[in-house]
Amino acid sequence: MQHKVIDTKDVVIRFAGDSGDGMQLTGSLFADMSAIFGNELSTFPDYPAEIRAPHGTVSGVSGFQVHIGSEHITTPGDFCDLLVAMNPAALKANAKWLKRTAMVLIDSDTFDEEGLKRAGLKNDPIAELYIEDRTIIIAPITTLTEESLKDSGLDRKTVAKCKNMFTLGMACYIYNRPMEYIFQYLERKFGKKKPELIEPNKKVLKDGYNYAANIQAIPNKYNIEPAHQPKGLYRNITGNQATAWGLLAAAEKANLPLFCGSYPITPATGILEELAVHKSLGAKTLQAEDEIAGICTAIGAAFAGNLAVTTTSGPGLSLKSEALGLAVMTELPLVIVDVQRAGPSTGIPTKTEQTDLNQALYGRNGECPMVVMAAHSPAGCFDAAFNAAKIALEHMTPVLLLTEGFLGNGSEPWLIPSMKDYPKIVPPFAQPNTEYKPFRRDPETLVRKWAVPGMAGCEHRVGGLEKNHDGVLSSDPVNHATMVREREMKVQKIADFIPELEVNGPESGKLLVVGWGGTYGHLLSAVQELRAQGTEVSFAHFDYIMPLPRNTENVLGKFDKILVCELNSGHFVNYLRGKFPQFKYEQFNKVQGQPFLVQEIVAAIKENLS
Amino acid sequence: MPRYTFKEFKSDQEVRWCPGCGDHGVLAALQRALPDVTEALGYSKERYVVVSGIGCSSRLPYYMNTYGFHSIHGRATAISTGIKVANPDLTVWQACGDGDALAIGGNHFIHAIRRNVDINIILFNNQIYGLTKGQYSPTSKFGAISKTSPYGTVEHPFNPGSLVLGAKGTFFARSLDSELKLTSEIMLAAAEHDGCSVMEMLTNCVIFNDGAHKLIADREVRADRTIVLRHGEKMIFGKNRDKGIVLDGMGLRVVTIGENGITEDDILVHDAHSENVGIQMMLADMKYPDFPVALGVIRDVKDVTYDDGVRDQVAEVKAKSKIQCVDDLLRSGSTWEVK
Repeated sequence: MQHKVIDTKDVVIRFAGDSGDGMQLTGSLFADMSAIFGNELSTFPDYPAEIRAPHGTVSGVSGFQVHIGSEHITTPGDFCDLLVAMNPAALKANAKWLKRTAMVLIDSDTFDEEGLKRAGLKNDPIAELYIEDRTIIIAPITTLTEESLKDSGLDRKTVAKCKNMFTLGMACYIYNRPMEYIFQYLERKFGKKKPELIEPNKKVLKDGYNYAANIQAIPNKYNIEPAHQPKGLYRNITGNQATAWGLLAAAEKANLPLFCGSYPITPATGILEELAVHKSLGAKTLQAEDEIAGICTAIGAAFAGNLAVTTTSGPGLSLKSEALGLAVMTELPLVIVDVQRAGPSTGIPTKTEQTDLNQALYGRNGECPMVVMAAHSPAGCFDAAFNAAKIALEHMTPVLLLTEGFLGNGSEPWLIPSMKDYPKIVPPFAQPNTEYKPFRRDPETLVRKWAVPGMAGCEHRVGGLEKNHDGVLSSDPVNHATMVREREMKVQKIADFIPELEVNGPESGKLLVVGWGGTYGHLLSAVQELRAQGTEVSFAHFDYIMPLPRNTENVLGKFDKILVCELNSGHFVNYLRGKFPQFKYEQFNKVQGQPFLVQEIVAAIKENLS
Repeated sequence: MPRYTFKEFKSDQEVRWCPGCGDHGVLAALQRALPDVTEALGYSKERYVVVSGIGCSSRLPYYMNTYGFHSIHGRATAISTGIKVANPDLTVWQACGDGDALAIGGNHFIHAIRRNVDINIILFNNQIYGLTKGQYSPTSKFGAISKTSPYGTVEHPFNPGSLVLGAKGTFFARSLDSELKLTSEIMLAAAEHDGCSVMEMLTNCVIFNDGAHKLIADREVRADRTIVLRHGEKMIFGKNRDKGIVLDGMGLRVVTIGENGITEDDILVHDAHSENVGIQMMLADMKYPDFPVALGVIRDVKDVTYDDGVRDQVAEVKAKSKIQCVDDLLRSGSTWEVK
């Protein structure tokens, strides 16, 4: 069967199946393979909180979306060109994400009475889900995999686990992907432990590829040329991995040991896991008994002179609140990473949101200012974490870095930087055997000196009680007011050390789209799409929230209207309203545990321009 | 190195505990013990860090002329752990109360013991919340009358000793606030112990729980109602040194030497270094009036410490790994070149 090859600049593929079907692996292999092929890409794992949710049910569907292209890709894509549905539940859960022109590949072996019943479908799911107009590729993947491996000697269970390779082989054919990368992966994975699994997996992969080549149901195959990327060495990286590596980079530039005290919590655990691997770079990880111990061990490590870090997600940040206040009061350097997830309370742990901003800004007792910043892409987490640590160490303050589940688990190709291009980090260490008063400040930056236990002659006490500049306990009203003001001013003055806000598009006009954090890619895509259609609209994205970039007021003031888009009910827009009440704000919010769709933003911008 | 005296460890801060408070005695014992510790272990003064939580006793770091951290309620043990792991060359002392360490901070307390972090925890046990003015604590006796238990508590107290030993603690000792010399001796032993040392101090709160330990601590009765345990020595006590502890079946029993054919040979010899916690647990649990309350070092055994483990693992992996700097890390694993 000779399929016509169509050149296309980008495609979105969504792999979906039961949470045990290996769809996360299949998706990430497809992504890695495409990255090495030279495509731009962005991924979005969308999985249930349960490790193995009830078999065959909609709540147990695990999905992995990957967007690959020959031009710049900034989002995992709204809707997909190909949906792989390993069972009826996966089809039901994802039918809404199909483009009008999409293909659907289903494993027909799972579409029996039992499978349909578990998914809550009747006997004709295609009609029931209103997708008759899509191209449906019905393949008995389970049977074909069993057939492929009938002489392999593997048991039924192991054979069943190879289904995803059959699917991946089919996807490789449809999108004209070379399979060498996957062969290498299988050799690496099974090489030492289970070499007997290498050949069967390769065989199933190839049989899937050949099966796709031989059937008529596939209308075309597609070619996505490599992108014209800047020269250099690349790798794929997830946000959590990039966060961990950015912290390691900061420790190296500061010449300090890295200490991470954390408690496992979805979706932040990956950072702790990643740091635990890299002991060769001096990283000490302490898996604490609870969230509070996570931050308190980190505060102790900061006092003892390490680059101290604690990582968590929303509910964990709530538990750390009191200790955050202690870090503010003792003016110790500390990085707190919050990988935000859908709340409140336990919420939807595996789903993404930006609903912790108010907590980050205000969730402590007393006047308790700290630096709040956000990462805007998976690879961008590296610089964000590096900068968070640099600010913490040089300004003697806790820094709260907000990332999101969407960033933490999402991945993208990354042009590997060189550490020689990163600045040194120089903490304001005290000199041993000089007169040391812990809360005397630099007159310009209001930063105090850091004396570390072990430094002779600088013995002093810090703690949660209010003190004067000499470090002596004080409940004097005037002293308290002074210290409150100075702690606030110290944080505000950091605005002099961070980049100014940039405007994408004209610097003045009718509408400025504003965002922060992980929505960057979607907002940028929407704005670029509209500008390509001739609509005049500008875009400014905030990496720094407290303090705001110095030119914020100036930038906002040049537009008739400001449309703030965020994945919460309006935390940032209300923060801006409080700071600059003179401007006209509109807001676009989504609180569904899901990232924005580019099309939603496009519609919101259009509505605000009409 | 010059020999320090207690004066070098005294800060210029005015001590603000109530006159007659038991905490004064513990502070004095610590200031007297540290010169000995310094000499015995070759420390220098800037290596000391004194950490505390919240409560009357947690004011202690302000009175010590060392590095100090007066943290938040219950969290001293977590802060101490972080300090010690971040820099194992520091010597960490911690002051905390029964409410601080065993109620709000109970979780950190048991886990520091379980991990065997090399910190020295002084647990001030006055069986009451003093700083908040008189509410019962997790060590208040069953039925204790306090502001929040006007009709008596209906909950069982913790015995800190059995809690520590139950969590596989490697060092537990007990003293009275007024036993300055014994307290200093215990503190030196705790410093010499490589691992998590818990020292329970039975302290008196003159305002809200006066006489909490009166029944055993009063001068006239102390010798008969307490026993000072020393490793390798017979468990003999009493004003006339005529009482002793013997093993009786599965339990302990108090005997009088010279009565019923009992001789000194029958009396148990204290083994603080025994791995087996059985007899140590019974000793820690002894209560008046059936038994004398055990003072001194009850358990002191060697085991690997958490801070050494973390440090050694970093060194081992560093020696083996190909990744020696961040540039190596960034280029490790699966990468590809765009030309």
